[in-house]
Amino acid sequence: MRDVAVIGVGCTTFGEKWSSGFRELFVEAGALALEDAQLSGEKIDAMYIGNMSAGRFIEQEHIGALIADYAGLATHHIPSTRVEAACASGGLAFRQAVIAVASGMEDIVVAAGVEKMTDVEPGASTDTLTGAADREWEGFVGATFPGLYAMIATDYMHRYPLTREQLAQVAVKNHYNGARNPIAQYQQEITIETVLKSTMVAEPLRLFDCSPITDGAAAVIVAPLERAREFTDTPIKVLASAQASDTITLHDRRDISTLDATVAAGKKAFRLAKLTHKDIDMVEVHDCFTIAEICAIEDLGFCRKGEAGKFTADGETALNGKIPVNTSGGLKACGHPVGATGIKQVYEIVQQLRNEAGKRQIDNAKIGMTHNVGGTGATVAVHILGRV
Amino acid sequence: MIGTKCETCHRHFFPPRTFCPDCRRNGRIVDHKFAGSGTIVTYTVIYTANEQFEAFTPYALAIVKLDEGPRMTAQIVCNPDEVKIGMRVKSVFRRIATDGESGIIHYGTKFVPVE
Repeated sequence: MRDVAVIGVGCTTFGEKWSSGFRELFVEAGALALEDAQLSGEKIDAMYIGNMSAGRFIEQEHIGALIADYAGLATHHIPSTRVEAACASGGLAFRQAVIAVASGMEDIVVAAGVEKMTDVEPGASTDTLTGAADREWEGFVGATFPGLYAMIATDYMHRYPLTREQLAQVAVKNHYNGARNPIAQYQQEITIETVLKSTMVAEPLRLFDCSPITDGAAAVIVAPLERAREFTDTPIKVLASAQASDTITLHDRRDISTLDATVAAGKKAFRLAKLTHKDIDMVEVHDCFTIAEICAIEDLGFCRKGEAGKFTADGETALNGKIPVNTSGGLKACGHPVGATGIKQVYEIVQQLRNEAGKRQIDNAKIGMTHNVGGTGATVAVHILGRV
Repeated sequence: MIGTKCETCHRHFFPPRTFCPDCRRNGRIVDHKFAGSGTIVTYTVIYTANEQFEAFTPYALAIVKLDEGPRMTAQIVCNPDEVKIGMRVKSVFRRIATDGESGIIHYGTKFVPVE
């Protein structure tokens, strides 16, 4: 098994991109990544592409082939594979790329994520996202995706001392960071009042507790660490890759307010990297809803169960806090083009570790972590990356 | 409410499963008729729904723990303000959604509060 490094990254801006179609989004991100790695396309050995639902958003399947074609690599006949795990598609695509290189099967591999969500009406969009849950036993009976996370929030707030204001602070912090991230969908800062006055979606979650509908693509290139300096002066080593599953429905979980898959993947990642929480300089977590970030920082072990609200309100997860969370703005402010998010998280950590994060830069960043969730927690991928 | 039960480990399943996730190939699955009563574990009130349910908003959605053990997700038929964690409920057979004006009517299980 070889060590793997990230040698190039690229990301489009995230937002409602009316003049970019699915293919253009990928090509843009891919070209940026190749440019970054000073790599010519024909050196790519394989591609893994995370995409949740092109079938419903643009009525297109066979994404691996489509992307290889539009990237100009189909005539080189490279293996190109679509990876799907709902909102964790990107994280899983990254893991597959890492495995391909670590195993020795491939040398230069692209891990990308792309989602074009705005070519359907919002109603169709939210219905498509319900496919990340259990269609038959959650969606069919009237559950919406925000509704499921709202039930996590209700359970959590019944058992632990989380206030509505502390929950809102997650969104406020992420918007603050997003305003300092050139690719983020939302560039404006908000206040707790903004959150508390926004439209109710599923009690207690309001509009500003929820991540948006977004178009976007991101791509990273991995290679064996021993070859990384052929392409970059700032290789970023993959210190750990872990993935876990759990029941698809929320109602079958052991504990409604704990994502056991996050706990499992997080523990495994720390063990593989031989690191502890104090070694992590920043973490990108899956804040599809504000409550998801609260659970994530606890389930990854950065604070105790029930304490994330106070931890957040005390500023411990802010840019200048003990453990900056979602310096990119998270899913909430940066946007959430479903399949691309997991790759964008890697992009953000790489930028931080290369000291290229501009106004969001964390001082002396050496090791970062990413946490990507599918559905209400049925799939989780956790990665740890470090400066070489 | 007809679900299933595993005769090897005595775990009950609603929604029904034909393969026991704990015993797997050592499981012996049989049908089981549930009493239909349970307790609300958590809930939400949905204001923004998927298309087929938009006309019914706001409505209460809950995770109910059936007395036999399994939990399921279902709408609660009552004033959404009345729903509480710990509330006792019983199952009812109700229309869930329709495929447009002339399409199939989908039925399923909802719950009503019991005194």
